[in-house]
Amino acid sequence: MIRALIFLLFLAPPPDTTEVLKESVVTAFRQPEKIIPAQTLQGERLEKLNALSVADAIRYFSGVQIKDYGGIGGLKTINVRSMGTQHVGVFYDGIQLGNAQNGQIDLGKYSLENMESVTLYNGQKSTAVQSAKDYASASAVYLQTRTPVFEAGRRTNLKATLAGGSFGTVNPSVLWEQKAGDRVASSFNAEFLYTTGRYKFSYTKKNGYDTTAVRQNGDVRALRVEEGLFGRIPDGSWRLKFYFYDSERGYPGAFVREEPGKFRHEDRQWDTDFFTQGSLYKEWGDWHLNASFKYAYDFLHYLSDPRLDVTTMYVDNRYRQQEAYFSIAQEYRINSWWDVDLAADYQFNTLDADLVNFVYPSRHTLLAALSTSMRWEKVKLQGSLLYTFVDDKAREAGAAAESRDEWTPTAVVQFIPLRDKNLTFRAFYKRIFRMPTLNDLYYTFIGNKYLKPEFTTQYDVGMTWDKAFVKGPVRKVGFTLDAYYNEVENKIIATPASNQFQWTMVNLGLVGIRGIDAALSAAFVLGPVNADLRLTYTYQKAQDFTDPDSPWYGGQIPYIPWHSGSAVAGFDWKRWHLNYSFIYTGERYESVANIPENHAQPWYTSDLSLARSFIIGSHELRSTLEVNNLFNQQYEVVQCYPMPGTNFRLILSFVL
Amino acid sequence: MSMRITYVLLAALLLLSACREPEDIIPSDKTDVGGGDAGDIAGFFLLNEGNMGSNKCTLDYYDYASGIYSKNIYAERNPGVVQELGDVGNDLAIYGSKLWAVVNCSNLVEVMDVATARHIGQISIPNCRYITFKDGYAYVSSYAGPVEIDPNSRLGYVARIDTTTLQVKDTCVVGYQPEEMVIAGNKLYVANSGGYRVPNYDHTVSVIDLSSFKEIKKIDVAPNLHRMELDAYGNIWVSSRGDYYDIPSMVFLISTESDSVIEQMDLLACTDMTLCGDSLYVYSNTWNYFTQSSDVNYAVVDVKTRQVLTRRFITDGSEQQFQNPYGLAVNPNTREIFVTDARDYITPGKVYCFSPDGKLKWNANTGDIPSRIVFTRKRLQ
Repeated sequence: MIRALIFLLFLAPPPDTTEVLKESVVTAFRQPEKIIPAQTLQGERLEKLNALSVADAIRYFSGVQIKDYGGIGGLKTINVRSMGTQHVGVFYDGIQLGNAQNGQIDLGKYSLENMESVTLYNGQKSTAVQSAKDYASASAVYLQTRTPVFEAGRRTNLKATLAGGSFGTVNPSVLWEQKAGDRVASSFNAEFLYTTGRYKFSYTKKNGYDTTAVRQNGDVRALRVEEGLFGRIPDGSWRLKFYFYDSERGYPGAFVREEPGKFRHEDRQWDTDFFTQGSLYKEWGDWHLNASFKYAYDFLHYLSDPRLDVTTMYVDNRYRQQEAYFSIAQEYRINSWWDVDLAADYQFNTLDADLVNFVYPSRHTLLAALSTSMRWEKVKLQGSLLYTFVDDKAREAGAAAESRDEWTPTAVVQFIPLRDKNLTFRAFYKRIFRMPTLNDLYYTFIGNKYLKPEFTTQYDVGMTWDKAFVKGPVRKVGFTLDAYYNEVENKIIATPASNQFQWTMVNLGLVGIRGIDAALSAAFVLGPVNADLRLTYTYQKAQDFTDPDSPWYGGQIPYIPWHSGSAVAGFDWKRWHLNYSFIYTGERYESVANIPENHAQPWYTSDLSLARSFIIGSHELRSTLEVNNLFNQQYEVVQCYPMPGTNFRLILSFVL
Repeated sequence: MSMRITYVLLAALLLLSACREPEDIIPSDKTDVGGGDAGDIAGFFLLNEGNMGSNKCTLDYYDYASGIYSKNIYAERNPGVVQELGDVGNDLAIYGSKLWAVVNCSNLVEVMDVATARHIGQISIPNCRYITFKDGYAYVSSYAGPVEIDPNSRLGYVARIDTTTLQVKDTCVVGYQPEEMVIAGNKLYVANSGGYRVPNYDHTVSVIDLSSFKEIKKIDVAPNLHRMELDAYGNIWVSSRGDYYDIPSMVFLISTESDSVIEQMDLLACTDMTLCGDSLYVYSNTWNYFTQSSDVNYAVVDVKTRQVLTRRFITDGSEQQFQNPYGLAVNPNTREIFVTDARDYITPGKVYCFSPDGKLKWNANTGDIPSRIVFTRKRLQ
């Protein structure tokens, strides 16, 4: 039953979560999805995926490319349907993670250790009562941490986990959930990670050189501490979260020709991130309200020191970002089939850096979203209109960009032709933009304050079919298929000014993306074995249409494979669980000049994990052994950044 | 049913475990652009920088006799050299029977046989920039001088290399981030840029006595010095990049007799320059952050009279096709002018060949960021 339920969650848009969390004292008032389907990895399924960070898990979604600089510490960013990293909103427990400086979120920094679900929406999320920010990106990833669940009669949950493995990795964590009365619960979670980041890799050419080296300076030390409070009020609920992350890591850098072992590369980065956020949800009859806030402080210190690395020049920069955010969202249910939503958000960002001629920018952003949805037996409609106003300030007069406002619409339609509701068709249109980041506009020597926002337009048509069977080996089958056309206009790109060291940002690019995302999933009962299978496939033709006179006009944009896909198969037998996952990324080019010099080979990795749980008295011990990159493929995701070969991880968790 | 699935999965696993074939060495790409007679000059080598961190420094060769432009010749001639030419080629020169490439971000100087472009050896020099030669020694400028108490104030140096043994014999500390060098008599002059010390650029030329290999003087010139050419009259033409804001790029003249600045060419901005006889070809593609725009000029200066003869040495308007003019060379025998276009830096560039009167003769695709051209008198085998 549990497996079936988890499978159901995995396959389809998550239904009302209250069903799953029956024993929770504090039920999250999460609403059912209205229209847009999502890809979700959740619960046990997420746990069994040989994934350390959120980035590792997201690779199994269709339509997604992860840019991975290799190793545990390497930057990992997500690109959905080739529109670019900065068009993906990443939300942590419902509130967006910000990086006003460069607009990209390193998903490698977010652990799966305490994650309940990871969900990807193309277009936008469409639940009830959502903030204006939920409408404000071309696609969005929602990271939902675990909400405490207590079995009958229990007031405390304790779990201690110790993981470790290749690259000298040690990764202990602890989770303590405590019920405080009937209405309040607390969840404390702390995790520590250390890795040397050393791994062997080889570069080989047919009838040419064959070299093996060890990745150096890829060590990471990270501490994450989270405290969540969950409460219930009459016809509502509230949440409060404190998040702290502190890390130090080396930058292994690009692997380029050099006399082997001659020079040490010692670039380092320190990050300290803190945020606190909270939300309150309440219903007054047909009127529902959600209010939330966030304050975030991010500190980054980058050091490149010629006293440690003779080849480098001295760089010692500190960047401090602050963000304050408030949101009020409300929904009014006019009748059983018609809702109207109105949301208003305000955000304030500052960036402080010890750079020469730095203008110390700050940004006020005001967003307002008006949305409505209508549901009939066979047709569902949703439309929204987002207003965004952005006003930048700088310490120096005349240094800030002019204020800007934009109106951007979205329309979604769903059609359910059959009475058994197994088959649905959908279509959406969305136009949205990203503002130039503070780096794009103001970074000393590079920034250009005259930049316009980068716009995306998406057209998508798709279908979902699923069916459950009571008897036979096949218990459930689901299939989704989407075809889309996206356009990115005024794409902000770095362009050389007059030499290697001088670049500037310009609105130059135009990209057209034609794609197909498909996913097939199935659940089986094979005698005593329960099995499930999920396959995804993505086709993308993402072309650069910037300059009709360029010889590379119409070329496939960098790092986007024409074909990619994944396969995940899980088997349960008694207390054993076996999981096999496979990822395929087809051939692609590292530049829009699709010539042999820029060709990147396909890569495909197989990961295997075997888990078993043991009951010791009233306690449970779960053990998992993972083997990643089973066939030791030597590959790169990003040019000159080698990825690890075969590696292992052992995870032991003890549930008190 | 369950067996069938197991079989399918096993088959899939076997299929996937099959080893992936390594990629081939990328072969050179040949284009016939038309040949010609250039006297004892057989052709030229062109060094492509390749964008930083992409390990895409490549070497091209043009052959006058056959008229063939060969793109990317190093890899196929040196399949055993791990990671080919390396990351960011910065300078190229011929001395004796050897071809020398200074590969900045690979921290080495690659030494090849000029007749075959085959690897002979390499000399590791951190953050190496430019190369020049005299009397059996190569001199390489480097940013990576000793680190004093303040790591921000790190002087550069010039390394002296024995061209036979390929060993570094000595080093001489100079100014901040030294760039191009020339040798006049027994003195080496190096242009110090201080490009990493914004806004406190260096503004001096260091003079090294080659007997003692010690810095004997610093000549105060202008901020952010870069290029150097020595004319037949004992004068050095040195370019300043300016500060990209208020101070424009300019060319200065240093007398090697007095070791002082004797002239300032106010209205002569310079990105690259090359001397051919008494004609100094200067092109400029100068960036200004206030106006967010570049200003492009193609000038010829008579070094004897110090007069600008023309500001448009390309006469047929074909410079309009250039996206980012980058490198400049003039064939001393034919007086053909070569200009490279780095385009957007991340896709292949182009090299354009102009007749002495500035009319386009041919063009060819190059590697990424084509920069240095050197003419060879030995035909590549």
